[in-house]
Amino acid sequence: MNAKMMAPLAALALLAACSSNPETPAATTSGTGASASTAGPVPGSQEDLVANVGDRVFFAFDSSQLSGEARSTLDRQSGWLGRYPQVSVQVAGNTDDRGTEEYNLALGQRRANAARDYLVARGVNSSRISTISYGKDRPTALGDNEEAWAQNRNAITSVR
Amino acid sequence: MMTGETKMIGPRSVAFGRRGLIAGGLAGTAALLGAPAGLRAQPAPAASGQSAVIDVNRARTEPIPIAIPDLGAGAGGEAGRLGHDIAQVVTDDLARSGLFRPIGQAGSVQASGPAGDVPNFSSWRAIGAQALVTGKVEGAGGGSVRVEFRLWDVLPQQQIQGTAYTATQSNWRRIAHIIADVIYERLLGEKGYFDTRIVYVAGTGPRDRRVKRLAIMDQDSANNRILTDGSYLVLTPRFHPTRDQIAFMSYARNRPRVYLFDLGSGRQQVLGEFDGMTFAPRFSPDGSHVIMSVTRGGGSDIVVVDLASHSERRLTNSGAIDTSPCYSPDGSQIVFNSDRGGDQQLYIMGAGGGGARRISFGRGRYATPVWSPRGDLIAFTRLSGSTFSIGVMNPDGSGERILSESFSVEGPTFAPNGRVLMFWRETPARDSRGGGYSSRLVSIDITGFNERPVPTPTDASDPAWSPLAG
Repeated sequence: MNAKMMAPLAALALLAACSSNPETPAATTSGTGASASTAGPVPGSQEDLVANVGDRVFFAFDSSQLSGEARSTLDRQSGWLGRYPQVSVQVAGNTDDRGTEEYNLALGQRRANAARDYLVARGVNSSRISTISYGKDRPTALGDNEEAWAQNRNAITSVR
Repeated sequence: MMTGETKMIGPRSVAFGRRGLIAGGLAGTAALLGAPAGLRAQPAPAASGQSAVIDVNRARTEPIPIAIPDLGAGAGGEAGRLGHDIAQVVTDDLARSGLFRPIGQAGSVQASGPAGDVPNFSSWRAIGAQALVTGKVEGAGGGSVRVEFRLWDVLPQQQIQGTAYTATQSNWRRIAHIIADVIYERLLGEKGYFDTRIVYVAGTGPRDRRVKRLAIMDQDSANNRILTDGSYLVLTPRFHPTRDQIAFMSYARNRPRVYLFDLGSGRQQVLGEFDGMTFAPRFSPDGSHVIMSVTRGGGSDIVVVDLASHSERRLTNSGAIDTSPCYSPDGSQIVFNSDRGGDQQLYIMGAGGGGARRISFGRGRYATPVWSPRGDLIAFTRLSGSTFSIGVMNPDGSGERILSESFSVEGPTFAPNGRVLMFWRETPARDSRGGGYSSRLVSIDITGFNERPVPTPTDASDPAWSPLAG
């Protein structure tokens, strides 16, 4: 319980150190993190992205419009990608299952593109971001109610 | 006793595919059988009773009572078993159509003397049969069987059809389906759909890590086979008109693209070179082209790929999501769905692209249009509030009829005679772990009656009905 609570704090401290010295190569950062590996995710890793930045943004029904909350998540992602220039990511667009399969493949791609375009506009090199759509075939939430569907209308960034 | 004219006819006219199916072609022959010599000259049908020959509309309200005793009833051994099994498959095919009412099973009636004799019509009439099937099975050497069948009109006491099929014994189910198709066609005046297959996506495992495999089976769910190993996601398979190739979408190598799958060799090949994701493929009626969607920017365009030259042409360029294209049976038009007007609706354009006009104006969003092989209807999925529906409309958008509604139904596909639709239905999860979720295939008559589950070994989705063999 205590270790769990501590982990994000330790990681935040590391990130702060990184951002104050952007030249520090990530390899060195993780090299100094022998204690960090017990205290939290490896900086620049998927776990780091999930725990400290947020790996996904959410959309309204049948929409690829980025909300204010989605934009602030993507702002954090672009900052994080700036700190780890060696990291490439895939943005996967997903939909709820309240639509048809083929249309949702295109809608998922639209969402992935919206997130990708925003990151690129914030200065991330487009060659570091690939996109894919899974339509309604890779839901995060397994239920069938409005809450589950809202979770499944997303674009998820993952480290490649 | 098999006197009467016996004429050999070519394989093509008996609907044995010339191209190989998975298990190899049904290399067979068929011979027409004349009426037995013992059949007396009959009075005109009107004088002696109502003919079993009617049309589909009448059969929907009053299914044709038909007796299908075991072929060669009473014969023992291998032939007797096969005669029983074939009669069972024919019976099941006709019963499932909803247009026939099989009666008098299991030797309830003393059929006749030896096969080929004139049936004892009065005893069949007594149990209410209007049509009767007789026949026999015998070994033909070299692993082949000869299956003889006759279709009788009971009240006018006439032979409607007599045919003998010779084929490899392992293909006995196909012989049975071909017999069922002949019965359907001779009694209802239009082609059947029993010697056909379904390609679909078999689903296993939890919803967030669903394993999806291409699968193929006969339309009666027999001979189910898995075609891909599940290491990559597959979606939306569709048959080539010759039934020997499938177009589908695959996530192999994490690169979602449309592929062609050759059923004879098992070989797969990516279709075309596109930067964007390709999806929603469908063959042209003559099999020479594939139309599909390609993502571009925030939308997707419909493109056509020439399978011989591999040249590509863009047919739409709206910037919206244009997808789920399907040709009219004459190949001159394409129906598709697009959100160019704000939400998903159905549009029709010429096969060369351009001039798209909207045809769906009912309540809700419209998707997955498929043109009936008869040309008279377009089937679709309608999404309206919390309800999904399968429906049909005329190609000009008029005459919309909803056939089936529930939490989730999707993706109709027509039987090759345009009389039956298959689609898939999902049952919603009861809890947050996905418990109770299922996805199953369903068939329904295009008038909305005779809805039936289509059994599959696992969950199933994305069915596509094959054409009849050439």
